[in-house]
Amino acid sequence: MTLASGQKKDKLDRLSELAAVRDDEQGVSLWRDAFRRLRRNPAAIVGAAILLLFVLVAIVGPFLVPYDPAAQIGVQQGVVRSGAGIIPGPSSDHWLGYDHQGRDEFSRLIAGSRQTLIVGVVSTVIGLTVGVLLGGLSGAAAGLGGRWGRWVDNVLMRIVDMLLSVPSLLLAVSFAAILGPSPATVMIAVGAVSVPVFARLLRGSMIAQANRDYVLAATSLGVGRGRIAISHVVPNSLAPVIVQATLTLATAIIEVAALSFLGLGSQVLGQPEWGLMLAEAQRYLGVRPALAIYPAVAIIITAFGFTLLGEAMREALDPKLRK
Amino acid sequence: MALLDVEDLSVTFRRRGQRTVHAVDGVSFSVDAGEVVALVGESGCGKSVTSLALMGLLPRRGAQVGGSANFDGTELLALDQRSMRDIRGKDVAMIFQDPLSSLNPVIPIGIQVTEVLVRHRGMSGDAARKEAANLLDRVGIPDPRRRLKEYPHQLSGGMRQRALIAIAVACQPRLLIADEPTTALDVTIQAQILELLKELVRDSNTALIMITHDLGVVAGMCDMINVLYAGRVVESARRKELFAAPRHPYTVGLLRSIPRLDVGRGEKLTPIRGSVRDVLPWSEGCAFAPRCDRRIDASIGEPPPMVPTHTGHSYRCVNPVPVEEKA
Amino acid sequence: MSQPLVEVRDLKVHFPITTGVIFDRVVGHVKAVDGVDLAVPRGKTYGLVGESGCGKSTLGRAILRLTEPTAGSVRFDGVELTKLPPAKMRGMRRRMQMIFQDPMSSLDPRQNVESILVEGLQAHGIGADRNERRKIISKTLDAVGLPKWALSRYPHEFSGGQRQRIGIARALVLGPELIVADEPVSALDVSIQAQVINLLDELQDELGLTYLVIAHDLAVVRHISDVVGVMYLGALVEEAPSDRLYREPLHPYTRALMSAVPVPDPEVEDRRERILLAGDLPSPANPPPGCRFHTRCPWAQPTRCADERPVLRDVGGTRVACHWAEQINSGELRRHEVRVELIRPEGEGETPGVVSAPSEPGSYV
Repeated sequence: MTLASGQKKDKLDRLSELAAVRDDEQGVSLWRDAFRRLRRNPAAIVGAAILLLFVLVAIVGPFLVPYDPAAQIGVQQGVVRSGAGIIPGPSSDHWLGYDHQGRDEFSRLIAGSRQTLIVGVVSTVIGLTVGVLLGGLSGAAAGLGGRWGRWVDNVLMRIVDMLLSVPSLLLAVSFAAILGPSPATVMIAVGAVSVPVFARLLRGSMIAQANRDYVLAATSLGVGRGRIAISHVVPNSLAPVIVQATLTLATAIIEVAALSFLGLGSQVLGQPEWGLMLAEAQRYLGVRPALAIYPAVAIIITAFGFTLLGEAMREALDPKLRK
Repeated sequence: MALLDVEDLSVTFRRRGQRTVHAVDGVSFSVDAGEVVALVGESGCGKSVTSLALMGLLPRRGAQVGGSANFDGTELLALDQRSMRDIRGKDVAMIFQDPLSSLNPVIPIGIQVTEVLVRHRGMSGDAARKEAANLLDRVGIPDPRRRLKEYPHQLSGGMRQRALIAIAVACQPRLLIADEPTTALDVTIQAQILELLKELVRDSNTALIMITHDLGVVAGMCDMINVLYAGRVVESARRKELFAAPRHPYTVGLLRSIPRLDVGRGEKLTPIRGSVRDVLPWSEGCAFAPRCDRRIDASIGEPPPMVPTHTGHSYRCVNPVPVEEKA
Repeated sequence: MSQPLVEVRDLKVHFPITTGVIFDRVVGHVKAVDGVDLAVPRGKTYGLVGESGCGKSTLGRAILRLTEPTAGSVRFDGVELTKLPPAKMRGMRRRMQMIFQDPMSSLDPRQNVESILVEGLQAHGIGADRNERRKIISKTLDAVGLPKWALSRYPHEFSGGQRQRIGIARALVLGPELIVADEPVSALDVSIQAQVINLLDELQDELGLTYLVIAHDLAVVRHISDVVGVMYLGALVEEAPSDRLYREPLHPYTRALMSAVPVPDPEVEDRRERILLAGDLPSPANPPPGCRFHTRCPWAQPTRCADERPVLRDVGGTRVACHWAEQINSGELRRHEVRVELIRPEGEGETPGVVSAPSEPGSYV
């Protein structure tokens, strides 16, 4: 109790200021707040690092590869004779050895990352776009549209349900049958499979948001329904969709690999892609199982990165976990 | 000796990457058999955390519990999980605010009541069912035999709270902790439930800890009242004395800021300024000082001690409201 | 006295209960509001009190046409609102605003205070440019006691009381005549409630606002209202000036409600007569015939109560919907025991089938 009274007053004022919000800083929006929490999450950092590495490799990797990923060096030099079961393993020149056609495995793995990334991103974007359009329309109709809106929503959702009830592989195979096997087929098929997920997610989230009081408040301010949907309901419903998109990227890469494995993907000779590499390696599992392990591990690590980031984003964006 | 003696109870939440929170910061009170004791305060004052700590229901990781809680010779805070489970529901029972989330939605009411009877009173199926029907009848649920087969969602809010009370009193506990038992209910239903609790306490000599934010509820039924602010008891007195001569500025402020049914239209209320967020850590002085009109130099610097009076009334304030100036 | 600002005649809001996958089939109606007449005088406060499920919130929303009324009329300053085309109605909204119970859910979490306040101005084309709007906004902030720096901040950065002030500012910024406040203080801490109640009082004095305050807390309603209407199961059962209602409640339900409100004073609590109501509120989908309160009424009589629906009638300055109000008030009729009837909550099934996870906003995937 030796503090002079003036000092005490100062201290009190300082402390009550600390408790209240200070007035010299800007407000923190929810997105920024979420990003701040994301940065503090180790899982997010690890996930982001993996993905950064993956994207970097996909962009510059193909220019830096030691050998042409399509050149059958091993066959030309006569070291690889896969028919006779001779596929040499890692050496100082060829870090991961040759593949069954005598191409440099390391170069193929690096070069394949680009194709894998493109296919994963494009198919997710296809699914996201169509899903968000369907779900957004449906959600807006159900949440704000009254009687007619509920009818529109019902029709749209039954279409989505039909899409959901077809097994994804069957869908993809049918697409391939119609369009012929190509990377585009794979991307459309994988995208189509994720459409119902995005549509249902956005719709549910929008209906929940449309029942919140702030929508009623905007209505009572005299704001029109369309504007309410675009400026209030959709922005508040997007967070789960963004999280889902990150997670879908992971599954898209795996599904693309699966479809390529079935021979529905890239038919351009020699173009490396992880799924295709995995598919080709199966015939030589007895000779050199490592040929299957390399692309498999690459796929798993990438998917893991997306999943980590997605989960961390889910946590960061969850309003209930905010302090 | 009292039935429950809580001495200097403290609960600290530590979480990685988050600020340490002293939710309960040295709470002491005692409860005698057949007595109704209130813990009153606003959100964040630590009243609910106190009850969870007593029941051993706080998460073991992240929550640090200190002090002592002596229940009839047993130290509650030192018990391991298994012995706590034996006491919980049998000697000490709890009633929560939201009956719907406290009852299991996919199990019939009857099974939820008999479960307690079988576990703690060692009853067999038939006897337990009979006793369960008796209990439902006792808490005023009509047609109890049929109700036993029903699910929580088939009952109204008031009936669910009655069912929850039936489960709580199934083993004739010696101490009942009710955490905002009527906050989720309408006033007329609240009146029914409060009446029921009063009856139960009167008939069975059970002690009741009533946790609430509503001074009106407290005025009608509690013998001893502890007012909490920022994790500490700031005033403690018997019912009539507290309302007739409140000493702590926070208690006075609360009483002046509540609109009363028996006070006419247009009479100005005197609110407490600031918000519940504006607190000083107790280690730095009185937590209420930032919002207090009576703060003096001595309020800051070190925590004010609890000042006892000869009537058993005590308050934690260096500049209390004079007795004449009553709210 | 001049014409009341709001006049409600025989207002009904019935919500259809539907089943069906693509085509809705109506299987019944929840009669949330079932024939309400009331008038809100200019510059005064009308308090609407009742328990959950009595339809008071729906009534408030129907008056503002935030919920479409099924039948009846709402006249605002002489204009019939229920028949107004949507575009005209949007224009009228400027003159009538709403304050919500939960300030957190009634504020868009992604809007900062400035854009919350600007939205209404833009919708009605008030203020020529940004500067002029800023002027209006800062005046409103002053009026509700929020500092200037609040403008750039987001709702989650404020305490509950401050958030409610933002909600009040949003309602005020358009310069409305009528404000419907739905449980304006019940989500706030006790010590904060008084701040908001006082603010509402001051604003009324300064700006000559007309309030319709909806609340379950009779003490709050009595404190801020000039006239109080008591609702039970979709209809008004009693309406009287605030002090008169407290001094001499005529309807049995009002008496029970009044006796159930706890008063923070042990002397009063110990002396009070308690009228405990038996059982719960009946379902508004299937309200009892006759007087809706007769199933729980401690004064219910064998004649009239069960088969004749009482209408509001004037009894010494109070409007009351009870056949026996005079006899009960004079003590001629005595209270009796009421047998409890079990009331099923809405939408019950016999057994829970699939328990679906609640789709909560913010719970992801």
